[in-house]
Amino acid sequence: MAAATTSVICAISNIFFSTPDASRRRPATSEAFWVRAVLIALALAFFGLFLLMPLAAVFAEAFKKGWSAYAAGVVDADALSAIKLTLLVAAIAVPLNLVFGVAAAWAIAKFEFRGKQFLITLIDLPFSVSPVISGLIYVLLFGAQGWFGAVLEAHDIRILFAVPGIVLATVFVTFPFVARELIPLMQAQGTDEEEAAVVLGASGWTTFRQVTLPNIKWGLLYGVILCNARAMGEFGAVSVVSGHIRGRTNTMPLQVEILYNEYNFVAAFAVATLLALLALLTLGVKSLIEWHAADGGQQNAFIERGEK
Amino acid sequence: MKFKALTIALAAAALFGGNALAADVKLLNVSYDPTRELYQEYNGAFAKYWKAKSGDVVTINQSHGGSGKQARAVIDGLDADVVTLALAYDVDALTTKNLIPADWQKRLPQNASPYTSTIVFLVRKGNPKQIKDWNDLIKPGIAVITPNPKTSGGARWNYLAAWAYALKQPGGNEEKAKEFVGNIFKNVKVLDSGARGSTTTFTERGIGDVLLAWENEAYLAVKELGPEKFDIVTPSLSILAEPPVSLVDKVVDKKGTRKVATAYLEHLYSPEGQEIAAKNYYRPRDAKIAAKYAKQFAKVNLITIDEVFGGWDKAQKTHFADGGSFDQIYEPGRK
Repeated sequence: MAAATTSVICAISNIFFSTPDASRRRPATSEAFWVRAVLIALALAFFGLFLLMPLAAVFAEAFKKGWSAYAAGVVDADALSAIKLTLLVAAIAVPLNLVFGVAAAWAIAKFEFRGKQFLITLIDLPFSVSPVISGLIYVLLFGAQGWFGAVLEAHDIRILFAVPGIVLATVFVTFPFVARELIPLMQAQGTDEEEAAVVLGASGWTTFRQVTLPNIKWGLLYGVILCNARAMGEFGAVSVVSGHIRGRTNTMPLQVEILYNEYNFVAAFAVATLLALLALLTLGVKSLIEWHAADGGQQNAFIERGEK
Repeated sequence: MKFKALTIALAAAALFGGNALAADVKLLNVSYDPTRELYQEYNGAFAKYWKAKSGDVVTINQSHGGSGKQARAVIDGLDADVVTLALAYDVDALTTKNLIPADWQKRLPQNASPYTSTIVFLVRKGNPKQIKDWNDLIKPGIAVITPNPKTSGGARWNYLAAWAYALKQPGGNEEKAKEFVGNIFKNVKVLDSGARGSTTTFTERGIGDVLLAWENEAYLAVKELGPEKFDIVTPSLSILAEPPVSLVDKVVDKKGTRKVATAYLEHLYSPEGQEIAAKNYYRPRDAKIAAKYAKQFAKVNLITIDEVFGGWDKAQKTHFADGGSFDQIYEPGRK
């Protein structure tokens, strides 16, 4: 959703703000008024039909029977436990992927080593496989009939159909977000500043903390936000490993499906509005950070990439 | 990195698990799609009964989904104390991995099926297409909704009921039955993976003229979504569906919950359990309760899977295994 919104906004802004310089020099490249109008209308219609209307529909359905029915749907014990589980999973998965993403991006952008391309490809893997497969991988590994099934059972360790399995599946699916955000940014920044720091006698850790980290902080935040949004919203992979036990292993997206299937439409959409609000909040914070970063001026690489 | 994820995840799980241990007994009932409302009510009643009888507090967690899929999850390690699935074949699957003994169906009365159901038709109010019996389903222009027999237990009952109807017609034989069921599937517009999915396709999305559904599922849809929208049509012949229940021995022995899990299943046969089943539109086994709710269930000529198909094992192999009759007749897009 975030990506689609951005592209629509880009399309609109391109139409409105073609740079005055360019149009003065080469008026032929400026479109006729009606072309621009049609394009704007198309973009807005698409935006309204596919993004705004479904969002409005979710809220309309949730409040169909009034505020009290909505509140009842949200504070239901199973819904609360789903919210708690979702937050817990995100609280584990996001920091893990933050550490991993920074480490991977640092290694890839600042150092040369054999197998670098292979590592980059591996990081992209979770984006390219279907979430259902991501879930099944863990069934094959940790299921009772899976590779480690017997060992886990002997030690009475529960991974599948329990919180650890859900966390693992979420970590896998949200693996690339931070690393993917940082790699181009760090590559564009190059290694000059780090080299200077090392020459001046800074240790590796100090270099990272005082030179690298300040340079990437906005890109990092951006990646974390996207990672978090996906961690809370993931359905497919989590659905495979959850076991769908009410009040225990249902995350918010799974709870929405269950409630819908139980004819409990108001409650289903009530929980869905929480997810939607989360998405809106994420977009809001994301815009704020972009604006902040642009203000700072130092993170040019990050912003330019966003507007290209 | 993976290892670290694992450690932290396990620590978190230990925290969560620690909370769980503080309560007395927890059971997990892994069930099929349409029993959500039934077990929601029954679980409350059983917790009360068990508290009065033993003083222990028991909490029952539920997991619902397509019957075959649920059996698969239990095989993969979902910690079910009891399974309450749509058909015996899915419970049988657990015997192959030594989760339960082969004679599980003998351990409880009535083939371990505390309640039964059958297959009926749900149609739009006033029955505009005049669908009265199985042979109306093959008429051109009738849009039929049923779940996929490969994944749904209810859909397999649907399929076999239609097959049995064709067999019992004058001059009926296996070849004609196959053609008849094939013609029904030519009219199928949407093939969902579970019974509840099909019901929402028919009721919420408004697709189709007739839904082949569990009797309990059809009654529930009418109750939840309004009697002014749908009618239930009972065909001249249908199948006696016996959804079975079983302990999962390997799990209850490990968790030490055999006693309470056994009581949980046995209480389904008590007058209280039977009454809850009847209230949720399952046909009770208990004669007294059945008499009390007799008005609720239409009289149907019910055939059983054993007499017509020689049991689930055989039916599964002939009809639903790879290359079985369903694979032969169902080719999407064929006109």
